[in-house]
Amino acid sequence: MRTVLSVLGRRLASRWWVIGVPYAWLLFFFLVPFLIVIKISLSGVAIAIPPYVPTIDLAQGWASIRDAISQFSFDNYVWLTEGWASIRDAISQFSFDNYVWLTEDDLYWKSYLSSVIIAGVSTIITLAIGYPLAYGMARAKPEWRPTLVMLVILPFWTSFLIRVYAWIGILKNEGLLNQLLLWLGVINEPLIILNTNWAVYIGIVYSYLPFMVLPLYATLEKLDLSLLEAAEDLGCPPWKAFWKITLPLSLPGVLAGCFLVFIPAVGEFVIPDILGGSDTLMIGKTLWVEFFRNRDWPVSSAVAVILLLILVIPIVLFQNQQQKMQERDK
Amino acid sequence: MRILFTATVAAVAFVAGSAIAQEDKVVNVYNWSDYIDESILEDFTKETGIKVVYDVFDSNEVLETKLLAGGTGYDVVVPTGSFLSRQIKAGVFMKLDKSKLPNLKNMWPEIQKRIEKYDPGNEYSINYMWGTTAFGYNPKMVKEAFGGEEAPVDNWDLLFKPENAEKLSKCGIYVLDAPTEVFPAALNYLGYDPDSKDPDKIREAAALWKKIRPYIRKFHNSEYINALANGDICLALGWSGDVLQARDRAAEADNGVTVDFSIPKQGALMWFDQMAIPADAPHPDNALTFLNYIMKPEVIAKASNYVYYANGNLASQKLLNDDVINDPAIYPSAEAMKHLYTVTDYPPKVNRVVTREWTSVKSGQ
Repeated sequence: MRTVLSVLGRRLASRWWVIGVPYAWLLFFFLVPFLIVIKISLSGVAIAIPPYVPTIDLAQGWASIRDAISQFSFDNYVWLTEGWASIRDAISQFSFDNYVWLTEDDLYWKSYLSSVIIAGVSTIITLAIGYPLAYGMARAKPEWRPTLVMLVILPFWTSFLIRVYAWIGILKNEGLLNQLLLWLGVINEPLIILNTNWAVYIGIVYSYLPFMVLPLYATLEKLDLSLLEAAEDLGCPPWKAFWKITLPLSLPGVLAGCFLVFIPAVGEFVIPDILGGSDTLMIGKTLWVEFFRNRDWPVSSAVAVILLLILVIPIVLFQNQQQKMQERDK
Repeated sequence: MRILFTATVAAVAFVAGSAIAQEDKVVNVYNWSDYIDESILEDFTKETGIKVVYDVFDSNEVLETKLLAGGTGYDVVVPTGSFLSRQIKAGVFMKLDKSKLPNLKNMWPEIQKRIEKYDPGNEYSINYMWGTTAFGYNPKMVKEAFGGEEAPVDNWDLLFKPENAEKLSKCGIYVLDAPTEVFPAALNYLGYDPDSKDPDKIREAAALWKKIRPYIRKFHNSEYINALANGDICLALGWSGDVLQARDRAAEADNGVTVDFSIPKQGALMWFDQMAIPADAPHPDNALTFLNYIMKPEVIAKASNYVYYANGNLASQKLLNDDVINDPAIYPSAEAMKHLYTVTDYPPKVNRVVTREWTSVKSGQ
């Protein structure tokens, strides 16, 4: 009896150990920093080091934390929602004047919206390119597959920043792409791509393509080919077999890929900053301006908290979907 | 980025090291990019035995954010006057021990007096370089854009009159991405105090910029040097020395491109880049030695001859090359100096208006 208990105890301990590591990781590298950001987002600006008050002095312990909490203000959030209120007002009145008026301000909401649109469109393009790529890889000869996977991973061996910079050389007016197109006679004047939203789309699709291809490849490779053979035997044309069997079975990979691309793309700063124009509106850039130009750490923290909330909703939906699917499989 | 990272690691290592040793023979300098003759740093090490760890930035905002976060590990930093004054208020810097800076006697009283606006009593900083924000242009391309007629290159009309900007948009206009420098220019053109803190006037200045916004190709703080030198653009609102570096690069490349700098007759912004020591600098004594070295006439003259910016060191003027001291674009005449204006930092609320309006100008949002 005692041995059984001790074995059980040891198992429990090892299980806790296994679960504990990722949770500790999340606690120290996500939750604690996030709480700090929330705390700053409830502070006020000051000309000091660091540039906000109140600050928490851990040496003074709880008294200082309590003190800080009593001084928190939600002004920063109220301020961010002013734009939202105007949208609500506009909707309640519904006249075209309001649409004109809507375009006059509300920088933050526009940045969020524009980020979501840019990330969303990029995700769709990435899927359109990534799916055939992954499909081809999964249907390639087994001895070829490791090499193909390797080729998808290969770009990660070079710095992300350098790869994005390289696109300047390709896309600029006298760049490789324009020279090629001019030489081929496709165009007569160089295309202006760099410093426009087009360049941002190209940069995001290029940078995030592997994140789409890899999960898709993983699900497509596992797909049971005998199902397709059975469909063929029963007289199903290939496109219909793809539509009815391959695509539904690869949906988890599609979803995983889309989220892996969409979520980091929404908060992207480097690509719009390097490739985008000054009229490219993305929340990452707006946040930079808030932090560096306005030196307003509280408001930039509030912007970041809202950004996280916007991203958490699709993640929760995704989790639900996954859970439902697992239950159905049972 | 890699360089920046290595430098940061090095800086952190030095901070840690200094806790053990009294003061290592090292000074960590954080200066603007393309802003020194590197041989000056080597000479300094030869003379004093103090090694220079040199790191660069390209905007005041980046420097300020680092300073306000604290614990940068830098011993000498180089903010511009209006940023310096706010940072002094935030308690970022230590007062200079003037007994260790005998070379202060070389400084130019006229410039020292102007700097008092930012650093009363010159207690926290010494001048490194000063310059103006005005037109860098390609005379040939501008003339072509105006159909062979004389263009008003010595007048803000060249940029702020939409019909002129439209003509020049075909050959390309770049503007600094520095709201604290471009709004004063518009305010001055409109006949207001360039240092105005009135939000309504700032909005008027923004409206002026919005009118010519469609004709501006890019807002950037350093790319215009190459763009001017390569003949990619014909007009830049930029910093004096940078434009002259572009002129020099074009001459070296011998590509038929000429670049000139012009201060419009309505006046232009005069700014001062100041060397200061952060309050938490790990090697303050070495920093003072470095500052004192920089104030040697022959050293700062060498720097000015290299970067084409004027310095605040009177004793250095007889050591400057002729093409520096005699160039009114670098050392304006006493008469032109009267038209140069300075600006102070914006209070936080007004600063928000300035930033918001600038975003609005740039993005059309």
